[in-house]
Amino acid sequence: MTSTGLSAISSQAAANRLLLRRKRAERRFQLYGILAISAAVGFLIVFLASIVSRGYMGFVQTEVQLTVNFDAELIEAGSYRKILRTSLVELFPEAGSSRAERRALAGMVSAGTVFVLRETVEADPAIVGTVQDVWVLASDPVDQFYKGRIDAALPEGERPISDASLARIAGLEEAGRIALRFNRNFFSRGDSRNPEEAGILGAIVGSALALVVTLVVSFPIGVMTAVYLEAFAPRNRITRLIEININNLAAVPSIVFGLLGLAVFLNLFGLPRSAPVSGGLVLSLMTLPTIIISSRAAIRAVPPSFAEAAMGLGASRVQAIFHHVLPAAAPGTLTGAIIGMAQALGETAPLLMMGMVAFVVEVPGGFTDPSTVLPAQVYLWADSPERGFAEKTAAAIIVLLGFLLVMNGLAVYLRRKFEKQW
Amino acid sequence: MHNRLVAAVFVACAAVAAAGAAQARDQINIVGSSTVYPFATVVAETFGRGSDFKTPKIEATGSGGGLKLFCAGLGTDHPDITNASRRMKSSELEKCRENGVMDVVEIKIGYDGIVIANAKAAPEVQFTLRHLFLALAKQVPEGNQEGGQLVDNPNQAWSDVDPSLPDVAIEVLGPPPTSGTRDAFNELAIEGGCKTFPGLKTIKKEDKNRYKAICRGIREDGAYIEAGENDNLIVQKLAENPNAFGVFGFSFLDQNRDAVKGASIDGVAPEFENIATRAYPVSRPLYFYVKKAHVDVIPGIREYIAAFTSDDAWGDEGYLTDRGLIPLPTDERAQFGDNAVNLIPLESL
Repeated sequence: MTSTGLSAISSQAAANRLLLRRKRAERRFQLYGILAISAAVGFLIVFLASIVSRGYMGFVQTEVQLTVNFDAELIEAGSYRKILRTSLVELFPEAGSSRAERRALAGMVSAGTVFVLRETVEADPAIVGTVQDVWVLASDPVDQFYKGRIDAALPEGERPISDASLARIAGLEEAGRIALRFNRNFFSRGDSRNPEEAGILGAIVGSALALVVTLVVSFPIGVMTAVYLEAFAPRNRITRLIEININNLAAVPSIVFGLLGLAVFLNLFGLPRSAPVSGGLVLSLMTLPTIIISSRAAIRAVPPSFAEAAMGLGASRVQAIFHHVLPAAAPGTLTGAIIGMAQALGETAPLLMMGMVAFVVEVPGGFTDPSTVLPAQVYLWADSPERGFAEKTAAAIIVLLGFLLVMNGLAVYLRRKFEKQW
Repeated sequence: MHNRLVAAVFVACAAVAAAGAAQARDQINIVGSSTVYPFATVVAETFGRGSDFKTPKIEATGSGGGLKLFCAGLGTDHPDITNASRRMKSSELEKCRENGVMDVVEIKIGYDGIVIANAKAAPEVQFTLRHLFLALAKQVPEGNQEGGQLVDNPNQAWSDVDPSLPDVAIEVLGPPPTSGTRDAFNELAIEGGCKTFPGLKTIKKEDKNRYKAICRGIREDGAYIEAGENDNLIVQKLAENPNAFGVFGFSFLDQNRDAVKGASIDGVAPEFENIATRAYPVSRPLYFYVKKAHVDVIPGIREYIAAFTSDDAWGDEGYLTDRGLIPLPTDERAQFGDNAVNLIPLESL
């Protein structure tokens, strides 16, 4: 430290080196950040691309045009099977009359076609005795082939569709009697074991009913808990214990709530199994901590001057809270509730214990009807052997994602619209 | 105003709950095996659409879980029918009777084959039960020979098991222990191979638990990979990895013949006819059980059973065979069809 000039130069150089190092470190850090984000975005893109590429075909369905003779005598006798067979034979006159050939013919269209014909007649009795062109659903193998999911180049025994069927499809194509059409059934029906007929309406309604129960139970309880804890409760050991427990509850695995629901709601209270009311109650237990925590944060964010000013003008504590603090905290509270609901919408594990992962064909009409929910429907379809369910699974995921997007969008919108700057 | 609203909401909730609990049920409740689920649901749907009854509700709870729910008691809170991919155990029947479920009607509906398959592009292999035991058991006789000391399974490649098999690492994707398919695979395939060693077979008489541990224990060193309950997933993974084999139900092989192929076992290919004639060694019976006391109380049970046991459904060319169910031989079908009509309860097991 004797030669000040030298040491000044060297310390200057050292400082520069240090500066360069710091700048490099900063750039490196930014690079890590960008890498992390691109990894996350990459995963999202891969996920969405795989779901959409598999699922978009689920929204269309191959249909075949039959010329059906609604013979009055046969309808009287209820032999819709015979009516269908006659129109199939008419469409493919080259087919023999052996049992195997007839089965192969029947295998061209959906197994539910017989019922569809009956429903058509019931809906419009005027068509009895007439000949009509009717578009009916193709069977799953025909549908999958027409959508290009089955390789025709494989030897016959190795693909789920026979050479004879391929020839028939080619004939239909020439006659313009086969086409991809919008899959109405998907949005208007409940579950089915025929992938071409399976719909998601039952699961959508089931999810909606369960969420109504969840909202009605958890929102008032959650908000009241938050209000009491924030505005009224004394700060002591007991309230701190309650707070810690609520925070812990938010991290409890959801299956635990399912077990609790099974023991309490089903076995003790005797609520119906597989019903939205019991499922909704379990989901509300799960959602409560989310609502309480976000409501408390929202209430805490309202400046104390609001309540103080109101009370200074003679308002009671309750009036100050309900007239001034809660409305100001509403955007945060609602956002928390919607995010809680979105979580509940995507939940399957607790509902498994409540019997909501079930095969339910009829669209539920009330809170006690057996029903299933969207994610449970995804789970059930993903596990089905029929080929067509793969795209139905992906399509159901798209619908589920759509609902989640709408709900989260609503939360953002509410926050933007009502949020005030203090 | 707020208070009144909250109160009203709670009253409404309580009313809904009470109404639900008190309501009589007009829909059949079915629980049980996920292997029978694809068949039972097809029958239920056809039954629901073709009749004035509501479509039965079916839950896939697994065979054991279903029997537990089924035997929990009588009344509308409990299921009417349970599906099972194995026969009811006598302990389960006792449990049923303890809880007041005295009369249980057993109906065998057909068979299911369990296949071991690999990718279409992979070479064809022929297994024996002994191969499967030596490749997948936790402990095998040293040197893969009769009389060898039991050692932790040292076989790393299929060719270690038998020179006729390909020289690739043993990698088998299969169901987890909670699955009925796994139970059946352990019992029929692994134990079947174990029994080909007379020395191991004799252990059964001496120490039943030890025998079970040896002859049904699957290795846990990574050669057998538990791939979850989803058979579709196993099929997808096989298509991507030609060296891996997968264990799953016959209907998944049937639906995915363009992606995977089944290996023959003891010289018998996993084909429809071979399973039906019981020549294929790894197949198991499927059942459903009906609570007799619920018949005529819950509307439609009798008709549902009739629909299930109609020739249209479980017959040799019924619609269930299209879904991969292997039909019963004619005499068994006649016997259980008779059971179904007259609702003859199980005496004992």
